Amino acid sequence: MKDLRNFNNTYNDDKVIDACSIFGAMDTSGGRFSGESVIRAIANMHDRGNGLGGGFAVYGLYPKYADLYAFHIMFLTEKSRQETEAYLQKHFNLVDREEVPTRPTPAIKSPPLVWRYFCEVGQHQLGEKSEADYVVARVMEINTSPNDSFVFSSGKNMAVFKGVGYPEEIAEFFCLEQYRGYIWTAHGRFPTNTVAWWGGAHPFSILDWTVVHNGEISSYGINRRFLEQYGYTCTMQTDTEVIAYAVDLLIRKHNLPLEIAARVMAAPFWEDIQRMGGEEQKLALALRQVYGSLLLNGPFAVIIAHHGEMIGLTDRIRLRPLTVGEKGDMVYLSSEEASIRLVCPDLDRAWIPMGGEPVIGRLKAGAPVAARQKAAAGKAA
Amino acid sequence: MTTEVKESTITVDASGVYYRDLNQRLRDIVTNGTRKIELRNVHGQRYIGTDLNKPVAIEIFGTPGNDLGAFMDKPVITVRGNAQDGLGNTMNDGEIIVHGHAGDTVGLSARGGKIFIRDDVGYRAGIHMKEYRSKKPVIVIGGTAQDFFGEYMAGGTIVLLGRNIAEGQRHRARFIGTGMHGGVIYLHGDVEDYQLGKEVGVAELDEADREVLRQYVSEFAGHFGLDAGEMLKQKFVKLYPRFLRPYGRLYAY
Repeated sequence: MKDLRNFNNTYNDDKVIDACSIFGAMDTSGGRFSGESVIRAIANMHDRGNGLGGGFAVYGLYPKYADLYAFHIMFLTEKSRQETEAYLQKHFNLVDREEVPTRPTPAIKSPPLVWRYFCEVGQHQLGEKSEADYVVARVMEINTSPNDSFVFSSGKNMAVFKGVGYPEEIAEFFCLEQYRGYIWTAHGRFPTNTVAWWGGAHPFSILDWTVVHNGEISSYGINRRFLEQYGYTCTMQTDTEVIAYAVDLLIRKHNLPLEIAARVMAAPFWEDIQRMGGEEQKLALALRQVYGSLLLNGPFAVIIAHHGEMIGLTDRIRLRPLTVGEKGDMVYLSSEEASIRLVCPDLDRAWIPMGGEPVIGRLKAGAPVAARQKAAAGKAA
Repeated sequence: MTTEVKESTITVDASGVYYRDLNQRLRDIVTNGTRKIELRNVHGQRYIGTDLNKPVAIEIFGTPGNDLGAFMDKPVITVRGNAQDGLGNTMNDGEIIVHGHAGDTVGLSARGGKIFIRDDVGYRAGIHMKEYRSKKPVIVIGGTAQDFFGEYMAGGTIVLLGRNIAEGQRHRARFIGTGMHGGVIYLHGDVEDYQLGKEVGVAELDEADREVLRQYVSEFAGHFGLDAGEMLKQKFVKLYPRFLRPYGRLYAY
């Protein structure tokens, strides 16, 4: 075990500032912007992490292949890459593939192979399943296979870039300043209970859902067991993974509105439910009865994203910070306001949401990216 | 890094300066006798003012980082903008004046000094504030507070002015004064019983309370150019701890 004090602190005292950092930026008009500002913003919270995990999610970065599933996959060996590639060829129409471009970065030691595959599902491969369910099942098969391959992301026109390092180092390694997207989320990690490895860095993702998280999900065990009954298998050895699968189950599979899903994960207290009347109380009771096992217990501030939406949510008693900035069409979420102000000094509005109440950035009607991704989703349904 | 200082006001451009280097620079400046410092382009540097035990005035432009004025003893810090979490952590003496809002745990464990926040505060403002003889910390908040306001409060005074709370509108905070066993909160704007911790009593203000309130509201109004008379005309309630040792017998009965 590394001595984190020495690892983190070159000033020869015993101060360790420990907390993850989360940051998100969205252009609600659908305009795509470079990762440069997001990298600067998350790097401004460098001291919250300790270099054992950093990552980014980007939406709208592959317009050329907007209708294809973009698999970002990590391989621990060249052999595992060959095996998983054969698997993809068998189960998908593979349209394009390449190693994700990287540049030598001194801080990034012995990185794994990371490749991206653009593919579609053939009608003959689909069978009874919906296309999205088919993709989820294939991701689970790859992640649980013994050949050391892990899917970082599997949505259309989006991608997750992550690894072991400070977020700004991961950004340098993956050349993220060269990509453009209309939603970016970012994470700097301070691992608390679980190992620091490339798969355990945030964001966690399934289809186009991504989650970055500051906190600890102490209900991880019960959440994981519940999700296993619906075909989600946790393989990344980090609590946050359950949130990605929970939102996919609640919002995509069970078709719950986002606001309702938030009340599952950060449910009102029983005493608050007691004070409610009529329909509101019935709904709150039903949610706790049906989805009690998806209540997220423990401290958390998360930024959840998928095409069209970026969502900030904290636990009910806000044991981790989250602050919001708005400027024109831009929405920012961050652990610290300073990071938002660094890249957007003259905010129209800066505010701090109540615990357990979601903050939602939504793509405006008529935004160009929305039109594209809606068409893609329509085909899938 | 040494700084030769003779002028009466020193301006420091904090842009891109690491917090440890910035705080070292402030120590040097104060050691050299300067008593007025302007910090420009502050973006999240932590612990500003923490170990400057002199009555130095620091004006901050930008967004200071967490634990602004932690363990502070005597400086007067003015923030032209919003502050983040942990402002005035365990502060001993001095003042922090924020022309904006502040994040969570404002004045946590403070044991002296004064904090004035023009707008709202986040969760757990005044948590475990304490007092001893003449050392009585004060927090005055212009707007509203989020949950666990005054949690485990053991001493000192908090004033919640609710300037953005309309007549008859409730504050949204829950668990106000949970575990409170000392100090006092003066609050304008409605709260229901269920919003209060079970250790909290509610009372009308007496003349001694009014005198204290008048003093702190006047200071608040002075900092932000507001009319103290208007604010003092409004209805306030006093929240006080019903028991000084609520769990004194918990482990010994």
